[in-house]
Amino acid sequence: MNHQLKLSVSPHIHSGRSTAGIMRDVLIALAPATVAGVIIFGWRALLVVALCVASSVGFEALYNLIVKREQTVGDLSAAVTGLLLALNLPANIPLWQCVVGSLFAVIIVKALFGGIGCNVVNPAITARVFMLIAFGTMATQAYPTIVDTVSSATPLAQMAQGTTPALTDLLLGLHGGAIGETCAVALLIGGAYLLIRRVISWHLPVAFIGTTFLFSFLMGGMDVMHALSMVLSGGLLIAAIFMATDYVTSPSTAWGKIIFGLGAGLITCMIRYFGTYPEGVSFAILLMNILTPYIDSWTKHKVFGRGGKRA
Amino acid sequence: MAFSLHGVHVPHRKHTQDQSAARMAPPKTVTIPMSMHIGAPARPVVKVGDLVKVGTLIAEAGGVVSSPIYASVSGKVTKIPDILLSSGTTAPAVVIESDGEMTPEEALMPPVVNSRDSLLEAVRASGVVGLGGAGFPTHVKLNVDPSRIEYLIINGTECEPYITSDTYTMTERRDDMAYAIEALKTYLGIKNIIIGIESNKKKAIKSMMQLMQETAKNCTVSVKVFPSIYPQGGEKVLIYHATGRVVPVGKLPIDVGCIVLNCTTLAAIGSYLKTGMPLVEKCVTVDGGAVKNAQNVIVPIGTSIADLFDFCGGLTVEPAKVLYGGPMMGIAIPDMTLPVMKNTNAVLALTQKEAALPQTTACIRCGSCTNTCPFGLAPAMFAKAYEKKDTVLLEELGINACMECGCCSFVCPANRPLVQTNKLSKALLREEKAKEDKRV
Repeated sequence: MNHQLKLSVSPHIHSGRSTAGIMRDVLIALAPATVAGVIIFGWRALLVVALCVASSVGFEALYNLIVKREQTVGDLSAAVTGLLLALNLPANIPLWQCVVGSLFAVIIVKALFGGIGCNVVNPAITARVFMLIAFGTMATQAYPTIVDTVSSATPLAQMAQGTTPALTDLLLGLHGGAIGETCAVALLIGGAYLLIRRVISWHLPVAFIGTTFLFSFLMGGMDVMHALSMVLSGGLLIAAIFMATDYVTSPSTAWGKIIFGLGAGLITCMIRYFGTYPEGVSFAILLMNILTPYIDSWTKHKVFGRGGKRA
Repeated sequence: MAFSLHGVHVPHRKHTQDQSAARMAPPKTVTIPMSMHIGAPARPVVKVGDLVKVGTLIAEAGGVVSSPIYASVSGKVTKIPDILLSSGTTAPAVVIESDGEMTPEEALMPPVVNSRDSLLEAVRASGVVGLGGAGFPTHVKLNVDPSRIEYLIINGTECEPYITSDTYTMTERRDDMAYAIEALKTYLGIKNIIIGIESNKKKAIKSMMQLMQETAKNCTVSVKVFPSIYPQGGEKVLIYHATGRVVPVGKLPIDVGCIVLNCTTLAAIGSYLKTGMPLVEKCVTVDGGAVKNAQNVIVPIGTSIADLFDFCGGLTVEPAKVLYGGPMMGIAIPDMTLPVMKNTNAVLALTQKEAALPQTTACIRCGSCTNTCPFGLAPAMFAKAYEKKDTVLLEELGINACMECGCCSFVCPANRPLVQTNKLSKALLREEKAKEDKRV
């Protein structure tokens, strides 16, 4: 026979899903929040986004070149990391800090642990926490807003001082905060897109946001408006929809995702209400990332046909 | 029943579902392997030079778990070489040069069936094995204490893409099925029959509804229509959805009171009981983008894949892969001289495009594999355990529950070779067990 037939183990067809396709969907889902951020915070926000994405992709490409690994920037995960990091930074951040943050996310958190799929914690979240601690100034106080470019306090900081921001401002994101975290409407549109595309399931975001709502409701003296403000302000939505749901660092079963969301919601509220930082979302996810392997082993599916006997 | 098991939506591609089947003229030669079933190979009882007719016994069962084999054309035995089968094993094969006459063996007559034993003997003599693909000798499956059989489940789900040969059976061989059902009812005392079909086979459902009415005397017969979600036809999946019963890992359907027969297996039994002609031909779905005229073809067993493609107008392009069976669980074959066997229900010639698989990349722990596995297994974890050769962990994770349906590999965005790893893991476990047994 002159013609060579391919031999391989079944299955011989594939669904067509790919890592790059999933990452592309995440980028598309983040587009509304990015656009909103640029509208709200101006061209400086665009610069931060471009710089974080470019440096994240650049560092990953460079690392692969240096250690002679197969090039992985095509899977778009570095671009997602860069974009998520940027959206979690204030628009007036010094540009060199963006580059350092990207370096930390892509090289230290991801590449050194073995690259995509091998990192223990979420790169963008960890880089954000690193920057929060290392460059204290970006912490909370001095966020710019669109209206007059005069720095204003974030809603969480306002609430810590006893005033409640207007709901429409929270929904549209017309207040201080990181580039991508303020516009709730844009984030929810992105979340809906990810749900429709089945990139994420509802379990984790709903458990995370629901727990935060409930805790805030109880802490705020059964005040729905207060609880709603707590959900819509700070980095909760972007974190619950886009960052906590990172496949690599969150549990894979439905119950695992719910446990992760519950835990992250509780830690977030603990920090918000009792901690010294006004925002606790990043720390909450980071801590739950570390617990993920345990949650995974607690929530394994029961093997069909194995009765009550669990391994 | 509380839940339905997970699975995947596969493209149906049942291009041939509304066609009847064409009958292919006998090819010049047929090559009939002695190993077309699970169990001991059959032993040839003919010599080179012998003249045979359609239905002449050419090989007797090689043991209890084995099956006799009959000539599928009339003509002369020209050689009995060892051939390499798609499973990677070699087995003798009887090559018959056809005289083109298809003269049936005169000695054939319908078997006398008047008891359970004579029925089982007839099923054995029919040469029928599991025609859904597994090839397990049917007489062995039926040889259980009849009081244990609560349900006979007839598998007409045909959940693999492309394949419609079972659909052909259900729409055009209803009489054969009814004949077999009557015999099984009478001599095995079967009281409940469930016919399982996927919702995308409207004509077959209608036909089976009619079969239900025809056979409902002294027996409850029901047709259950399931969503077209792969692998609906997996034996344990079907039993669960049809009866709510869970077959424990390592146990057989009969341990929960069920026997599952593929609809074509049933029709083959019926046809033998009625006419005495054993299993010598198969309806095979010939499809795939490289085939000129996709169609169902009734061919003598032993017809080469190449002859089969020729009958279907040949191949329009060089195929990338040729498969026995469907694209989810079928076997890729190395060359087209291999024959149609008893358990061949489809032969597909896939184009480069159809057979294209994405590049394999790193696992991103997305959980798709474990969330689509019908049995709740965690294929990504098998892969890690296999890398470490951790047989204890493999067993603990339930590797032996895996039926290799392919859902995990199908959905994996990193295109990890999960099914392959599962097969290797099982082999590793078997080796380990064998070593331990030796030591003891």
